[in-house]
Amino acid sequence: MEDRNLAMNQMSLAVAHVSKQFDRRWVFREISFSLSGGESIAITGKNGSGKSTLVKILCGVLSATTGNVRLSLGGKELTGGQVRHHIGLVSPYLQLYDEFSGAENLDLLSRIRAGGDTHVPRTEEVLKLVGLWERRRDYVRTYSSGMKQRLKYAFALLHRPFALLLDEPTSNLDAEGISIVKGVIEEQKRSGILIVATNNDDEASWCSQRVHLGG
Amino acid sequence: MSSLRSTVAVIRKDVQSELRTRYALNALLMFVVTAVATILFALRSDQPTSTVLAGMYWVVVFFTAMSSLSRIFVSEEERGTTMTLQLVASPAVVYFGKLVFNTLLTLSMTVAVTILYTLVFSTFFVIQTVSIFVITVLLGSLGFASAATIIAAIVAKANTRGTLYPVLSFPILIVLLITVMNATAKALDGEALSAALGDFQVLTGYFLAMTAGSYLLFDYVWKD
Amino acid sequence: MKFVKYGSILLITFVAVVGVAVPMSATPQSWLEFPLNPMLQQKARNIFFHVPVAWTTVVAFLVGTYYGYRYLKTKNIDYDIRSVSAAGLGLLFCTLATVTGAIWAKFDWGSFWNWDPRQTSIFVLLLIYGAYFALRSAVETEEKRGTLSAVYSIIAGITVPFFIFVMPRLMAGLHPGSKGDPDGAGPVVQFTMSGNMFVVFFLALIGFTLLFIWLLSLRVRTARLEYAQSIHRS
Repeated sequence: MEDRNLAMNQMSLAVAHVSKQFDRRWVFREISFSLSGGESIAITGKNGSGKSTLVKILCGVLSATTGNVRLSLGGKELTGGQVRHHIGLVSPYLQLYDEFSGAENLDLLSRIRAGGDTHVPRTEEVLKLVGLWERRRDYVRTYSSGMKQRLKYAFALLHRPFALLLDEPTSNLDAEGISIVKGVIEEQKRSGILIVATNNDDEASWCSQRVHLGG
Repeated sequence: MSSLRSTVAVIRKDVQSELRTRYALNALLMFVVTAVATILFALRSDQPTSTVLAGMYWVVVFFTAMSSLSRIFVSEEERGTTMTLQLVASPAVVYFGKLVFNTLLTLSMTVAVTILYTLVFSTFFVIQTVSIFVITVLLGSLGFASAATIIAAIVAKANTRGTLYPVLSFPILIVLLITVMNATAKALDGEALSAALGDFQVLTGYFLAMTAGSYLLFDYVWKD
Repeated sequence: MKFVKYGSILLITFVAVVGVAVPMSATPQSWLEFPLNPMLQQKARNIFFHVPVAWTTVVAFLVGTYYGYRYLKTKNIDYDIRSVSAAGLGLLFCTLATVTGAIWAKFDWGSFWNWDPRQTSIFVLLLIYGAYFALRSAVETEEKRGTLSAVYSIIAGITVPFFIFVMPRLMAGLHPGSKGDPDGAGPVVQFTMSGNMFVVFFLALIGFTLLFIWLLSLRVRTARLEYAQSIHRS
């Protein structure tokens, strides 16, 4: 755990001149910022300003039209395969498998990601954290939308990511869920980096910096 | 090594999911039964030649494949789980995982069709050279699955999927279809194994070229 | 481009005049007479048009695929414009090759279509072009359309060598160079052509290739203008 925190302190995320074009229309242009351990940033902007698009680019699931995103450890840039181990995402676009239970989802996804590398399964820990331990054996298709959102948090935190990206962090959550999220955020800000995409000023104020899309 | 384990994990996930939902398997089995029954009605009591039988065998496999192999990517896309997979696995791991799964599906199709043909056409669907038949089915299924997987990945990203899958697959699969039909006819006619060596070379070459090409191009399709 | 334009006009005119006008004789005496093939008779003249058109189809396919590959590497929309322009011309030449071939087949082999391996290949190429344009119309975003159609044309391109090298040996056919041909089966059709016919044939190949380059540049230029206009409008 200590090692991990130490490693995280040497990590940084640099976003340089990122622009995205969709069908000849620039969604946003020339976004640049950089974050190192303990820092956080809120991405704000109205509907359609490209918040989710930027989040997808930061996660590496979408490529930018120009510019680049670099995740580095001690000044050395991480490759695509390594980046996957350091990014956690909660997003309305992200779905888990309906035909598997909550615990099965986490197990199979961490098996795919780790590829048999020695890892301690944290399934129990994260499921208890988000309050789904009792329902772990139920199929995800029977979950309510709030429970699905909680499960996404469990999935995002499973591998102790250095960078946690939250797109609409509190959608579908009840008061208890929101307080869980706040706890997660406090923990994340201690050593990793946090990126929140939101329309809500309250949620944006969780972060120390802000980038506004769409003028 | 770790990529190999990840690939196995992807295959396991798809197999488990398939066993639970039975989405492809049930449709596949019903399709095979319906197609074979239709051929039976069409033939009545006529005795088809081995060329016609070999042709009909692969026609059933082709159309069954067209109805079920595209699911592999379309289902991820429809459920919104594409991004989840992108977050946890490299494109190569996903591609090979899906390729193996589609190969398993194609093989189970050929097993089903072979059993049905042997039962209902017991008098004339007699595989005389088993070695040719087995090798043809194995190599043919590999090539089939390889082409079907990359086309499925393309189709999953299109906006109107409808009938696109057979339209895109057919021109790519013609070489393979002609070759497997050719070789299967030889197996039914009882020709020696050596007579089909040329066909095996074509099938192996097709599979290797198609898989290598798909592997190199998959990144572009998979990532939005 | 002037050289390409006038070169193609000049060469194709020359081939059209010479290919049709030079008399054929069973015992050619001079360079101004073609030998008469007893089987093909006067129909042999089609070789100056049918084969170069088929050749241009293959060139168009390769050019289109190459620009598709460049698009994948650079994501520069101009390569997609070039790729789709080449594919459009490929479809045109492919249709011409199919039609000239079918007419020739009717008079020499008895029916328009015989499923000869080379006829099958050109049919598959037509299907590939059909599928390519069907795919393009099924994708809404421009970047995705370029990417997916480029990937498809490369995947389709992988199967082309099988048609050129493998099918003629596998299937019995009527074209020269098919399985069972006494001159031997193989990818390259063994033309038994006299020297003067070969010169005209070779000039026809160059002429049609230049015609393709000229038409491609015209199409690319109009497509770029249309593209610029549609940006302006949106």
